[in-house]
Amino acid sequence: MSLLRNRAISVSGAIIVATAACAVVGPWISPNDYISTDFDRLLLAPTTAGAHLFGTDDLGRDLFVRTMLGIRVTLLVAIVASFVSLIIGVAYGAIAGFVGGRVDAAMMRFVDTLYALPFIFFVILLMVAFERNFLLIFVAIGAVNWLDMARIVRGQTLSLKEREFVAAARLTGVSTGRIIFRHIAPNLIGIVVVYMTLTIPQAILVESFLSFLGLGVQEPRTSLGALVDAGVNLMEGASWTLLIPAGLLAVLLMCFNFLGDGLRDFFDARHTT
Amino acid sequence: MKTIGPLFLLALLSALTLYSCSNDPVDTGSVLQRGLPTDPESLDLHKARSTQALEVLRDIGEGLVAYSPGGELQPAAAERWEISDDGLNYTFYLRPDARWSNGDAVTAEHFVFALRRLVTPATAAFYANMLSDVVNAPEIVTGDEPPEAMGVAAVDDLTLVLRLVRPTPYLLSLLTHPSTFPLHPGTIAESGDGFAKPGNLLSNGAYVLDAWVPGSVIALRRNENYWDNANTAIDGVNYHVVVQDAAELNRYRADELHITSTVPPDNFAELKTQFGAELHIAPYLGLYYYGFNLAKPPFKDNRALRKALSMAIDREQLATKIVGRGEAPAFSWVPPGVDSYKPTVFGFESLKPEERENLARRLYKEAGYNEQKPLRFELRYNTSDTNKKIAVAVQSMWRNVLGAEATLINEEFQVLLSNMREAEVTQAFRSSWMGDYNDAHTFLSVLQAGSAANMPRYANDEYESLMRRAASQVDPERRRLFLEEAERVMLADHPVIPLYFYVSKHLVKPQVSGWGDNVLDYHYSQHLSLSATE
Amino acid sequence: MLRYTLLRVLGAIPTLLLVIVLAFLMVHAAPGGPFDDERALPADVEANIRGAYHLDEPLPKQFIRYLSGLVQGDLGPSYRYRDYTVSELIGQSFPLSLQLGVLAMALAIAVGVSAGTVAALRQDSYLDRIVMAFSMTGISIPVFVFAPVLVLLFAVKLQWLPAGWSSTSGSSRLLLPVITLALPQIAYIARLTRASMIDVLGRDFIRTARAQGLGTMTIVRLHALKPAMLPVLSYMGPAIAAILTGSVVVEEIFGIPGLGQFFVRGALNRDYTLVLGIVVFYATLIVFLNLVVDVLYSALDPRVRYQ
Repeated sequence: MSLLRNRAISVSGAIIVATAACAVVGPWISPNDYISTDFDRLLLAPTTAGAHLFGTDDLGRDLFVRTMLGIRVTLLVAIVASFVSLIIGVAYGAIAGFVGGRVDAAMMRFVDTLYALPFIFFVILLMVAFERNFLLIFVAIGAVNWLDMARIVRGQTLSLKEREFVAAARLTGVSTGRIIFRHIAPNLIGIVVVYMTLTIPQAILVESFLSFLGLGVQEPRTSLGALVDAGVNLMEGASWTLLIPAGLLAVLLMCFNFLGDGLRDFFDARHTT
Repeated sequence: MKTIGPLFLLALLSALTLYSCSNDPVDTGSVLQRGLPTDPESLDLHKARSTQALEVLRDIGEGLVAYSPGGELQPAAAERWEISDDGLNYTFYLRPDARWSNGDAVTAEHFVFALRRLVTPATAAFYANMLSDVVNAPEIVTGDEPPEAMGVAAVDDLTLVLRLVRPTPYLLSLLTHPSTFPLHPGTIAESGDGFAKPGNLLSNGAYVLDAWVPGSVIALRRNENYWDNANTAIDGVNYHVVVQDAAELNRYRADELHITSTVPPDNFAELKTQFGAELHIAPYLGLYYYGFNLAKPPFKDNRALRKALSMAIDREQLATKIVGRGEAPAFSWVPPGVDSYKPTVFGFESLKPEERENLARRLYKEAGYNEQKPLRFELRYNTSDTNKKIAVAVQSMWRNVLGAEATLINEEFQVLLSNMREAEVTQAFRSSWMGDYNDAHTFLSVLQAGSAANMPRYANDEYESLMRRAASQVDPERRRLFLEEAERVMLADHPVIPLYFYVSKHLVKPQVSGWGDNVLDYHYSQHLSLSATE
Repeated sequence: MLRYTLLRVLGAIPTLLLVIVLAFLMVHAAPGGPFDDERALPADVEANIRGAYHLDEPLPKQFIRYLSGLVQGDLGPSYRYRDYTVSELIGQSFPLSLQLGVLAMALAIAVGVSAGTVAALRQDSYLDRIVMAFSMTGISIPVFVFAPVLVLLFAVKLQWLPAGWSSTSGSSRLLLPVITLALPQIAYIARLTRASMIDVLGRDFIRTARAQGLGTMTIVRLHALKPAMLPVLSYMGPAIAAILTGSVVVEEIFGIPGLGQFFVRGALNRDYTLVLGIVVFYATLIVFLNLVVDVLYSALDPRVRYQ
C-alpha cells in the first residue's frame, strides 16, 4: 500500500501501535498491579528487582504498570474525545456546506462566535459543575474541539459541491442524501482523518492540563498527564517519575503530529491531479 | 487588508505594554518577605476567617492580649488586668500611649464598638461566637437582644470591663484572636464597606496596610504611631500570595522569600538535609482525621466496625512514611501541647502492629463482615496531593488488614463541605480541625451536639453532660478532669479516626531572628528582625 | 454603513445572552456554595450572609437581578474577595493577562516566522533539522512541565531571573512567563511558516524573480513573505485561543494575578459573580473586537455590506 511507503506514516504509526500494544500487554505480564502500595519501597529508581522496570512512586506503587495504564487512559480519552468532535463537526460542517446560503452563513456565524470564546473556561466550568465524572472528560474535550472540524468539513463540502461529478449526479436525478453519502463523504475521509490525528494531540494536552488543575482523571486511575503532573513535584531526587511519563507523552504527541503530516502529504498528493 | 490591521495593532500593543508601569509597592528599609498560601478573604476583622487572613490581621492590629514568641500570654493593648474571684468579671486597663495609625488615641470605647459589631447579626461575622461566654453575646447573635446588651462596657477612656456568663479560663487566649481587636468607628462611618482597603484601614498594631494586589502581594509598612514602634525592628512586610507549595519553595531558594508558609510534602528527607536549621517543624494545634457519618449506614450504630477500621490503620507508618514531615500519629482527639491538659489516648496505642491488626479483624467479623462479605464504602476527601496520598495509603491498609473495600472519591473543598453538612451521601470523609485558642475546649466543643463543625453528627448525652459540668468549673484542675473524662467517653465511641496531628512547617532564612516556634503558630512580624545580608 | 453596524451589534446580543445564561447555569449547577467552610457558619450567621448576597432567592430571580446589574455596568461584588468588586478585580488583572498575551504573541510571530523562514531557505540542512526538532519538542511537551524546569534553572539555580511575580516590579519578571507562554506557539508557527515558505518558494513567480537576478533575501522580503504568511495569519485565531489557555497554566505556575488565575480560583471557590464576570467580559470583548474588524472591513470594502 502506498500509504505505508511514506516514512512519516509508517514509522510514527508503528510507534503508536507498539506503545498501545505494550499498554495492553504490559500490565498482564507484570507481577505488580497499579494500586498496591509498599511503604518500604518508596521512590525506587528503575530496577529489575521486583520487576519495577520504571521504579516506584512516592507511595511505593509500581510505575511500569501505572504508566502502561496511564497510556491506556490517555489514548482512550484522546481517541474518544476526538471521535466525539468528529461526529459533531462532520455532521455540522457537511450540512452547513451542502445546504449553503443563509443557513450556512448563520451556522458559520455561530461557529465563529463560539470559536472566539475561551473554551477552556467552559471545560473548567463543566468539570467543576459535574464533579469530574470520568466520561464527562471525553464529552467536554470533544464538545469544545469540534469547531475546527466543522469549519474544515464545511470548506471541503463547499468545494466538492461544485465539482463536476456532483453536478453530474444531480443531473441524473440522484437524491441529495445519496449524493452526500456516496459522493461527498468518501472525499471527506482524507481531510477528516488528517484532522483527527491533529485533534488527538490537542485532546491529550487538554487532559494533561486538566490533571494539572486537579480536574482530570481521578485516583486510583491515572493518565500520562496525571503522572507527569505528579512527577514534576518529585523531579528533584526522583527524576524518573517525571522523565519516563513526560518522555512517553512527548513521543506519542510527536508521532501523532508526524502521522498527521504524513497523511496530509499523502492525501494532498492524491488530490493534486 | 484584514490581515495587516491586526498585525499593526499587535506591534503597537507590544511596544506599549513594554512600557507599562507596575502598581507594586516600593521597598525601602528592611522588608520582610513572607509567603501566604492564598489571599485573605477580607481584611475586615469581622469578615475574616482563614488562617492567612488572621495572620495578616495580627500584624495590622492589636488586641488586649498577645502571645510572646515563646507562646506565653503577655499584655498588648491592655497593660494590665484584674480578674474577679468568681472568674466572671475581667477589668482591663489600656495603655495610655496606644495610638491608631492616624494619631488618634485607642480608647475602651473602640473595643466596645468592635465587640458589639462582632456579635451584631447584620455583620454576619464568621467568629461571632468567639465570645459566646460574654453576657448576652449568644442572644445578640440570634437577634434576641440588641448589641447594646452585650456584657462589655467602657468605664472610662482607658478601662474596659467584660462580664462573663461562666468562668472561662481561656478567655485571655480568646482575646488574642483578631476578631476581638478594636475598630476605629470614624473610619467605618466614613468609608463604609470599603474601610478595609489600603488607604482607609486604620491600624493600632505595629504595621499599616499599604497596598493589596489580590492574587499577588499584601504590603505592610511601619505604623509610626504604634506605642511600641521603637522596639519594632522591621520597616515593612510583604506577604506574597503563592498558591503552590513547590513554587513557594522555589522562591525561597531564589532568596525572594524569608519565610515560607509551608513546605511541600515531597522529598522531605532531602529538604531536611538541604536546609537543616532553616526548617522549622513544631507541633501545631491541628488534627487530621477521617470522620464517619453516624446518621447513616453502614456506620450508624456500629461501633465495632468503626473501631475495626480505626485499628486497622498503622498510624506510625502513615505519619512517618507517608506524610513524613515530623507529624505525630494521633491516638487522641486533643493534640498534645495544649495548655494544662493531658489527652486521653486509645487503648490500642501500645499494642504491637500484629496484635492490633488481629484485634481489628476480630471486631470486623463481630460487626458482620468477612472475606466473602467485605465492607464496601466510600471515602471522600478534598483535592490535594497530601490527601490523595493518605487516602490511597489508608485504602490499601484497610484492604490488606481487613479486606474492606473503600472507594476513593475526590471532591473539591466546597463540594465536600456541602456533602458533609448535609450528611446524606457521605459515609467516611476526611476532615481536619485547627484550634482557635490554646485550650482543650476548642477541640472538644467540635463534637458537641449543637456545633456546626460536628461533621460526624456525634451525639452522646454523657459527653454533653460532662462538657457542661466542665464549663461551670472555676477550679482549673476539676475542669481538666471533666474534660479528660469527656474525651475518654467520646473516643470509646469511635465517631472519628484521628490520624495525625499537624505540625507547623516553615522555612526561615538565617537572617531572620526572633522566630519562636509555638503551638498556635503565631509569628508576629514585630517580634522579628532582619540582619543585613542582602 | 450605520445600518450595517447596527445590524451587527443587534446580532451580537443574542450570542452574548446565550453565553451569559450558559455560564450562569453551569456555575450555579456546581455543588457547594461560596461560603462553605470547615468551621461551618452557625446557622443564623449563614442565613444572614446568604440573604445579604441574595443567594436565598430562586435562580431565575437571581439571574434577572444579575442581568439588570450588568446592564448598568455593575458586575457585582466578589464572594471570595469580600472587600472588592468584580469590576475592580477584572480591571486589575486583565491588563496583566493582556500584556502577557500580547508579548507572547509578538515573540511567537517574530521568532516563529524567522525560524521557519530560515529553515525553509536551508531546507534539509543541519539548521533545518535543528529548527524542526526544536519545534516538535515545543508542541509535544506540556507547558506545566517545562515551566517549572525553566524556573528551577533560571531562577533558583542561576538566579538570573525572579522566581515569582511579586518579588520584583521590574520587567525581568515578564521574561520567563512570556517565553513559556510563547514556546508552543513559536514551535507551531515555525512549522507552519516553513511548510508554507517551501511551498511558495517553489512557485513559478519566484522562479521568475530569481531569473530576473534578484537576491534570495530580496525575494523573500518582497515576494515570498506575504503569501507565505497566509496560513500563519489564518492560524491567528486558534493561536489566540491557545495563548489564552496557556495563560491559565502560566499564571498559576508563576503566581501572576491575571484573569486566568482568577477564573480558575473563582470556579473552584464558587465565586459566582467573579466567574460570570470574567466569562461575560471575555465574550463581550471578543464579540466587540470581531465587530470592529467587520465594520472596518466593510468600510473599506462596500461589497461586504450587501451580502
